[in-house]
Amino acid sequence: MTNGRAATLTLPWRLPRLNLRGWPLIPICILIAMALIAIFAEFLTPYNPEIGALGDRFRPPAWVAGGSDKHLLGTDHLGRDVLSRLIFGTRVSMIVGFMAVIFAGVVGTVLGILSGYLGGWVDQVIMRITDSWLALPGLTFAIFLAAIVGPSVSNIVIILALVFWTRYARVVRGEVLSLRERDYVRLAVVAGCSKWTIMRKHILPNVVNSAIVLATLQLGVVIVTEASLSFLGVGVPPPQPAWGLMLADGKKGLMAGYWWLTVFPGTCIALLVLSANLIGDWLRVKFDPQLRQL
Amino acid sequence: MKKFILKRLGYALLSLFLLSLTIFFFVRVTGDPTTLLVEPGASRADIDALRQQLGLDRPVWVQYGSFLANVVRGDFGRSFYYRTPVLELYLSRLPNSLLLAVAAMTFSLVIGIPSGILAAVRLGGVWDRAGKIFALLGLSMPQFWVGLLLILFFSVYLGWLPSSGSGTPLHVIMPAFALGWYFAAAHMRLTRSSMLEVLGSEYVKLARLKGLPEALVIAKHAFKNALIPVLTLAGINLVLMINVAVIVETVFAWPGVGRLLYEGIAFRDFPVVQANIILGGAMIIVVNLLVDVLYAWIDPRIRLGR
Repeated sequence: MTNGRAATLTLPWRLPRLNLRGWPLIPICILIAMALIAIFAEFLTPYNPEIGALGDRFRPPAWVAGGSDKHLLGTDHLGRDVLSRLIFGTRVSMIVGFMAVIFAGVVGTVLGILSGYLGGWVDQVIMRITDSWLALPGLTFAIFLAAIVGPSVSNIVIILALVFWTRYARVVRGEVLSLRERDYVRLAVVAGCSKWTIMRKHILPNVVNSAIVLATLQLGVVIVTEASLSFLGVGVPPPQPAWGLMLADGKKGLMAGYWWLTVFPGTCIALLVLSANLIGDWLRVKFDPQLRQL
Repeated sequence: MKKFILKRLGYALLSLFLLSLTIFFFVRVTGDPTTLLVEPGASRADIDALRQQLGLDRPVWVQYGSFLANVVRGDFGRSFYYRTPVLELYLSRLPNSLLLAVAAMTFSLVIGIPSGILAAVRLGGVWDRAGKIFALLGLSMPQFWVGLLLILFFSVYLGWLPSSGSGTPLHVIMPAFALGWYFAAAHMRLTRSSMLEVLGSEYVKLARLKGLPEALVIAKHAFKNALIPVLTLAGINLVLMINVAVIVETVFAWPGVGRLLYEGIAFRDFPVVQANIILGGAMIIVVNLLVDVLYAWIDPRIRLGR
């Protein structure tokens, strides 16, 4: 063991070692596992998630009396396999969550940079819209928009992006206001760079970190909002397997004690959101020690 | 001070104006608003009558003007389902929402403030770690899932609490817990950081130097000052609670404004949905304005700073 270490130290080259100390490994593993499950959903599921057998309704999980190995986590009110629906639900949540966060992040970051760097009336217009949109709670605003346009996965992504871009715009603008006064930006102005070049080459790279931290923290909020919309019936339309929709279906069997329809989808949401929040908190501290909460 | 209030009032009015513009814009731009505003299954004649009434043949700006005039007068139209003016309906549900929000707020403060103080005083201790986990779970578990689990446990298995409805104090417990946990976590985090800040300040050091017992330093000097930001946040959150309770109210069939919003969606009762959003947004803008003014009144640096 000691010989081995000594040998590596004397080598003229060294492999770039990834220092994993302090990394939130469990949340990262959960997120990666869920991403893999989402990608390979077809190969993992024993049943079609949208078609059930009415003869197999409300089967409990395999380890409970009355359950069978055919349906590990039981079946729902239409006899659909809960495990298969959970696996495909991962895909829906992941797609909606990541797409919405990316769209919102791009729109918000661009508007935040424009607002902070250009100032003047552009700043006024963007910030007043941001302020008035921020006055509405994200969930309520999303419900309103969803009630107008009707349910579909692509609509949900657009709605969530429309609701959540304002947070990025606020944060990014604040950063840009201080970056604008830095020497290297002033030198770039003196050197004759156009506003466009300065924003793209000197401002953008310096706000990307904040945007990524915010995006990670928002991922949880966005996923919960999507689940809430689906739960209320204005999100992902049935019979598609979305976790929020599964909880809405599960509520029908709740009083009869069909706990597996409520416990499993909720656990999936909580795990995903918890992982995203933990990674977000960690990234925030890592990228910006000044933001560290006491 | 007067100048500051006027300026903030101007911003608030502008926000309200932009909010109404946003809502008008989305309703109009996504297609023919008559399809939203007319009852499902309405006759051709009804649709044409509504078209006339809304003045959809007139220029957009005139349409917006009449929309705004109606909103300012408190006329949000009639509910298709209940056949009564929407404003009346909303106001009749508001006390229930307020009751739930106050109960949830009480719960969140009773849990959040003591645990936040304990965490700050015993930094890194057992309470601090337990509080962190409590806060993390509160911020990560969807409220409606917490609600469903509560029903499963306390209503279905134990049979202690009623699963839905309202009327008795027992009905409030579970919805208030489901709604309040998230906010308890937020209040705990803020109490903790605010307390830490105050404990590091000069006047707390002085109190300690004077030889006051630690308990008195914490209770008398630190606690009072650390509480100001927490209570401010609580004020804003109370209004926020009324407006985000939609999902908890739906789970527990609690007859508040959130449930009204859900009914509005389920019955395709668009005037109800629209009024709910406008009134909710207006409430939040007004509270933010009040908090700003209150802060400026307490702390002259804020109003002189700008």
